[in-house]
Amino acid sequence: MKGLQSVLLLAEHDNKELKHSTFATLAAATEISDEIIALIIGYQCREVAEQLAKLEKIKKVFWVDATHYQHELAEDIAFFVSQFVRATAAQFNLTFSHVLTGATTFGKNILPRIAGLLNVGQISDVLQIISSDTFVRPIYAGNALVTVQSLDGIKLLTVRTTAFTPLSTQSARAEIAAIEKLSPLASLGQSQFLDLKQEPSDRPELTSAKIVISGGRGLQSQDNFTLLFELADKLGAAIGASRAAVDAGFVPNDYQVGQTGKVVAPNLYIAVGISGAIQHISGMKDSKVIVAINKDKDAPIFQIADYGLVGDLFQIIPELSREIKVRNLNKVG
Amino acid sequence: MKCLVPVKRVIDFNVKVRVKPDGSGVETDHVKMSMNPFDEIALEAALRLKEAGHLTEIIAVSIGEQACQETLRVALARGADRAYLIDTKEISDISLEPIHIANILKKFLAQHACELVILGKQAIDDDCNQTGQMLAALLNWPQGTFASKIELEPTQKKVTVTREVDGGLQTLVLQLPAIITSDLRLNEPRYISLPNVMKAKSKPLDILSLKEMDMPLQPHTKVLKVEPAKSRQAGVLVENVQELLDKLMYEAKVL
Repeated sequence: MKGLQSVLLLAEHDNKELKHSTFATLAAATEISDEIIALIIGYQCREVAEQLAKLEKIKKVFWVDATHYQHELAEDIAFFVSQFVRATAAQFNLTFSHVLTGATTFGKNILPRIAGLLNVGQISDVLQIISSDTFVRPIYAGNALVTVQSLDGIKLLTVRTTAFTPLSTQSARAEIAAIEKLSPLASLGQSQFLDLKQEPSDRPELTSAKIVISGGRGLQSQDNFTLLFELADKLGAAIGASRAAVDAGFVPNDYQVGQTGKVVAPNLYIAVGISGAIQHISGMKDSKVIVAINKDKDAPIFQIADYGLVGDLFQIIPELSREIKVRNLNKVG
Repeated sequence: MKCLVPVKRVIDFNVKVRVKPDGSGVETDHVKMSMNPFDEIALEAALRLKEAGHLTEIIAVSIGEQACQETLRVALARGADRAYLIDTKEISDISLEPIHIANILKKFLAQHACELVILGKQAIDDDCNQTGQMLAALLNWPQGTFASKIELEPTQKKVTVTREVDGGLQTLVLQLPAIITSDLRLNEPRYISLPNVMKAKSKPLDILSLKEMDMPLQPHTKVLKVEPAKSRQAGVLVENVQELLDKLMYEAKVL
């Protein structure tokens, strides 16, 4: 008889805390099964394992710790997960029907490699779970949706994190899930981490912020983005950008919103000096309210914006900043 | 050292796709087709590595119907040295998924040894973002996905790849042979000159039959339905900042 199968949640974290994507992925996992097992692979990440164990719905946390798991190297992590799914889990009387992780650069890098090692397919960017084997995902930059049925014995899914409401990050759960430490596998030594260039920022994280203000080519320079930073800081907003603004070097790559950048769905998205290429729209069209500010009244962004304001952003943005202060809408400072 | 660049024929990125009324897929008849833009970037990266003296040959490969020859001719015109079409017409009963493509490429590489494969990070039709990583797993090679910079050191048998990740830019050193997938900012592909289009006509383009490659390909997914995404409607234009804030506060209630 086939035993009860579990859903494996591959947690994304930075060895200190869980990433936002993990909470949304957990929400998706709960739509598939009550038997959710979490796996965390990292270095000196015991606290993160403990944080996971406190989350609702998680039955058990497996945890593995080694220096070569510090930097999310795809080769070592995918190898560990594939071995865990194929062999190690059986020692704990576990078999898996699904492996889920967020459709972030972490998940997009690692899950297809796990699929390759298991020689199965993968469903990318799941937007909706119809049943345990049927899912909705976007194609053609989100212009069409496809409903697909997975025929694999083990179903690998990356989850579009904006499509699932994260379970609360702080759980009032009385009993915490058991934590089991696993032995690491030897490093494959195929890749080596050199560095991670990251700009420190006090602003909210782009993919989980309630308000996002994005700038495009219309900002004209790196310096002019300061206008958006001032407005963002008043509203407690995150800053995004169009591909054009990133290509022009106004802001770093991790600000990019779009088909190949980040996908965001905040309560309020303010597009400033962004014309609205389809590749950008696919990354923000699920925002609750969209505001477009652009001097070109024919810009395609106005066709999807709830509120459009045609005019010179260099007058409008400072006025908006002043008026937010006057109206006492400041979230910060 | 040889480099393989797989290229996919997709609906041109400027075309607005239309879903077929029966929900079976999107309309491809009489629609402009082009090389997947990410594959153009992958090919350009290979061309620059060859121009820098690091590569001896660039092989372009496409898997699909006869019309993919057009895409391969474009690859040759851009500077690929030779091209292969893996013709799928005799197995048209199965729609090819990334895991199939990865397995076919693995088999191709067993016959055409390369130490580097550069692919587009995703195709703009299915947006899967899987094939490169799957191929890396099947070959047990390291992977540098979403690359914005590549530094090849063939004598050291290594390649340094800077990757665009959610947290910023990550730099890795990979042992060769390796898989790289291209992100948008890796380069800007060159224009094709007319003389190069002419030259491409005499470059070798061989056709292999997927059926003769004798690969058991089982479907991993079944498409049940394709539908257009809900589109947003245009809202209202406001006159000024005051009106905008009024709307956001009292109508949309998001401030």
